[in-house]
Amino acid sequence: MAKLIGESVKRVEDLRFITGRGQYTDDLVLPNMTYASIVRSPYAHARIKSVDTSRAQAAPGVVAVFTGKDIADSGVSGVPCGWQVNFKNGDTMKEPPHPILAVDKVRYVGDAVAVVIAETRQQAKDAAELVEVDYEVLDAVVDVRKAIQPGAPVVHEEAPNNICFDWELGDKAKTDAAFQQAAHVTRLELVNQRLIPNAIEPRSAIGDYNPATDKYTLYTSSQNPHVIRLLMCAFVLGIPEHKVRVVSPDVGGGFGSKIFHYIEEALVTWCAGRLGRPVKWTAERSESFMTDAHGRDHYTVAEMAFDQDGKITGLRVNTLANLGAYLSTFAPAIPTYLYGTLLQGLYTTPAIHVDVTAVFTNTTPVDAYRGAGRPEATYLLERLVETAARELGVDPAELRKKNFIPPFDGVNQPGYQTQVALQYDSGNYHGVLEKLLEVADYQGLRKQQEELRKQGRYLGIGFSTYIEACGIAPSAVVGALGARAGLYEAAQVRVQPTGKVTVYVGSHAHGQGHETTFAQIVADRLGLNLEDVEVIHGDTESVPFGMGTYGSRSLAVGGSAIARSLDKILEKGRKIAAHLLEAAEEDLEFEDGKWTVRGTDRSISFGEVALAAYVPHNYPEGLEPGLEFTAFYDPANFTFPFGAHLAVVEVDPETGKVKLLKYVAVDDVGNVINPMIVDGQVHGGLAQGIGQALLEGAVYDESGQLISGTFMDYALPRADDLPEFVVDRQVTPCPHNPLGVKGAGETGTIGSTPAVVNAVVDALSPFGVRDLQMPLTPERVWRAIQQAKTA
Amino acid sequence: MHSTPEEKISIELEVNGQPVQAEVEPRMLLSDFLRHRLELTGTHVGCEHGVCGACTVLLNGDPVRSCLLFAVQADGQKITTVEGLAPPDGRLHPLQEAFREAHALQCGYCTPGFLLSLIPFLEENPDPSEADIRQALSGNLCRCTGYLNIIKAVRLAAQRMRAGR
Repeated sequence: MAKLIGESVKRVEDLRFITGRGQYTDDLVLPNMTYASIVRSPYAHARIKSVDTSRAQAAPGVVAVFTGKDIADSGVSGVPCGWQVNFKNGDTMKEPPHPILAVDKVRYVGDAVAVVIAETRQQAKDAAELVEVDYEVLDAVVDVRKAIQPGAPVVHEEAPNNICFDWELGDKAKTDAAFQQAAHVTRLELVNQRLIPNAIEPRSAIGDYNPATDKYTLYTSSQNPHVIRLLMCAFVLGIPEHKVRVVSPDVGGGFGSKIFHYIEEALVTWCAGRLGRPVKWTAERSESFMTDAHGRDHYTVAEMAFDQDGKITGLRVNTLANLGAYLSTFAPAIPTYLYGTLLQGLYTTPAIHVDVTAVFTNTTPVDAYRGAGRPEATYLLERLVETAARELGVDPAELRKKNFIPPFDGVNQPGYQTQVALQYDSGNYHGVLEKLLEVADYQGLRKQQEELRKQGRYLGIGFSTYIEACGIAPSAVVGALGARAGLYEAAQVRVQPTGKVTVYVGSHAHGQGHETTFAQIVADRLGLNLEDVEVIHGDTESVPFGMGTYGSRSLAVGGSAIARSLDKILEKGRKIAAHLLEAAEEDLEFEDGKWTVRGTDRSISFGEVALAAYVPHNYPEGLEPGLEFTAFYDPANFTFPFGAHLAVVEVDPETGKVKLLKYVAVDDVGNVINPMIVDGQVHGGLAQGIGQALLEGAVYDESGQLISGTFMDYALPRADDLPEFVVDRQVTPCPHNPLGVKGAGETGTIGSTPAVVNAVVDALSPFGVRDLQMPLTPERVWRAIQQAKTA
Repeated sequence: MHSTPEEKISIELEVNGQPVQAEVEPRMLLSDFLRHRLELTGTHVGCEHGVCGACTVLLNGDPVRSCLLFAVQADGQKITTVEGLAPPDGRLHPLQEAFREAHALQCGYCTPGFLLSLIPFLEENPDPSEADIRQALSGNLCRCTGYLNIIKAVRLAAQRMRAGR
């Protein structure tokens, strides 16, 4: 039997996608379906004086028009926040309601005000234009630094100075003392700009209600159908959970933006109940830009202290985090527990303190976007280290090595306890950096840089060495940190009577290839062929309660749940096999899909045992028939992938244009099930991280209009913006989960942004440029050069 | 301007080799016509402003953005969508095959648009350089792959198509 774990098996999901037979939410057509168009605020901040729907109601094809008042009158609440962070003084964060449709005030451009439902999508759109909303426009605030000033426009009355919470982590006194004694301090002011995730499939949701069974179905392009069902039933619509089925069919990319419970999901479900007809809503791209939760948006002042030997002695960080107009589902966790806790990085820094103020503004809500907090932490650390290296006149790789945590495997050596709450599982940080230097030919690159500089050409080399916490997460730990949910994962392995296997998983794939990777795990372990295993996900009616896919958790947590189910299958199978072979259980060994009596040629196949479990004529006494098991896996710790990246750029000083020439990534994601899929995850992550460094950025004007609201104004990386990636690996297994895996979905995004910016700053260092703010557009780079020249 | 439903116009066209006759509103987009009227949902709509390329189909063999054309503009023309790429016997087009082998897709949403943009490109450029391929791809957005494996797939398909000639 072929070994499947560790093999680049071709994906089983591909055939439907390359032939156009995937099934995304907007592809579904239900009988008697209607179409919703949402009336959205054109203002960032305004009081709603009145909403007149009479002309819209009378328009051709219109079935119904609902306003915020209609929804509020029916007793429906707003969408909830799933994570609570407390103020430093212990007070609960400010948690203003986020109604499905705004009632008295709109708080960002795109805030939903009314919904029009019609027989066709075109009729719904036409009629939506006839809804007349009388607004009293208010001053808006979009910048966090302005939002906290006295006298700034107030987004929510219940949050004075627009502060949702303040928060700190680490030892302030010890850190301040470290800075007092420092031989050198490097300080940077960093804008980690707002990004718009832009999955290519726009969000879509269909609500359906069957009065005969009193059951609702919601089809939605979501990363976690069970969480949507729970939040929508228990907190928004008040429908019993067993009366609601949530289905996420094929989902065209998520990157975090499809984790959250959006108002449109509750809206179409509520409308379907009202109308007794299915209601479909699909975002137009302009709605995606305006209403998909955005990412990042930090303003940070960060300082790193060094002693005379170049050892890091302290890190002090002050961050203003923009949450947008409302609290999205996991928003409070991103700039706190997924950010502050990562500020140890790979370094032995003995004193760390981080202070975060989370702020409401009249902008789209901000939440997790690929990496979620960890890219922001890595960006500031890696920019500081590299800036310090330049200031101290030492090689940036050497400075890192000097400060790295020594290798530990988490088995023979204990995990590494950080200054900021986490305990790293296993790591070999020197290993990835040494490998990177070799694979990238670092010495050769420096020589080339020197030669080109003599010719007036500006090559830059930038590093980034990162760690991330993923595989979220031990439920008790995150519960203590404010999560209003457990973060385990569930899997059911159902062996059919013929020995074929169906696996039902609570995680959800939207490009990650779970149908292949998970089947590899099962087939490898049971000694079956890949095609004997089918993976089912994305339907709350068939799969056990799962927490979904985000934070690079599916394999580390969901895969571990599958592994645990397989343990139970094999344990029961062994009992049946022992009975059929008339041998003692302990004399059996399972290999290549069969149980063999040790030291003999007597054996029985997995398929024969499966058949006996369902046709139990000759069967162990007292044992239940059937062969299926469910496992819920709650991880013992986070997993901590890490890596070392290097970018090489050339800058044209005449135009400011940055050309990314080379990108090398050496990652350690623990054990790898399918190298082809992991490489693909890394490639995609790199493109997004490079996009942040060079191209992407959400821009609001002073009045809160989203200026970067189309693909003409918001630059997603294209094929001709990117170089060939060189991707390599080191393997340090995770010591605490059954597969030894760490997670690979976000490494590329986390590692690449600082590497590219560091490379550009390195290229411009002959001009005296010390810092640049992202995205590094030609204009910004050119201006920085001019400014440095005149300084 | 706010539209009373306009008079419908009769169109006749060929879609994936099959004759199609329909009555459509003049404002109906070709992408909506293919997806919602003909239920050819393999053509995906990603941006409705002609930038992302997900909705690319062939019009008389040339790649076009179906979100930027009205269905009435396809009157009398031949349209090919992703559903029409593989011959009915179940074989795949060499580029489809190469996409699978090179892991050139993840979520699959942009994939039909890439396939339909690249097939005419490969017919005109049987032996493209990497720079040619990146240039050819730059009209389509993919948020998952970072494009590297798409480039590999194009090379692989080009090689096989040359060998098969």
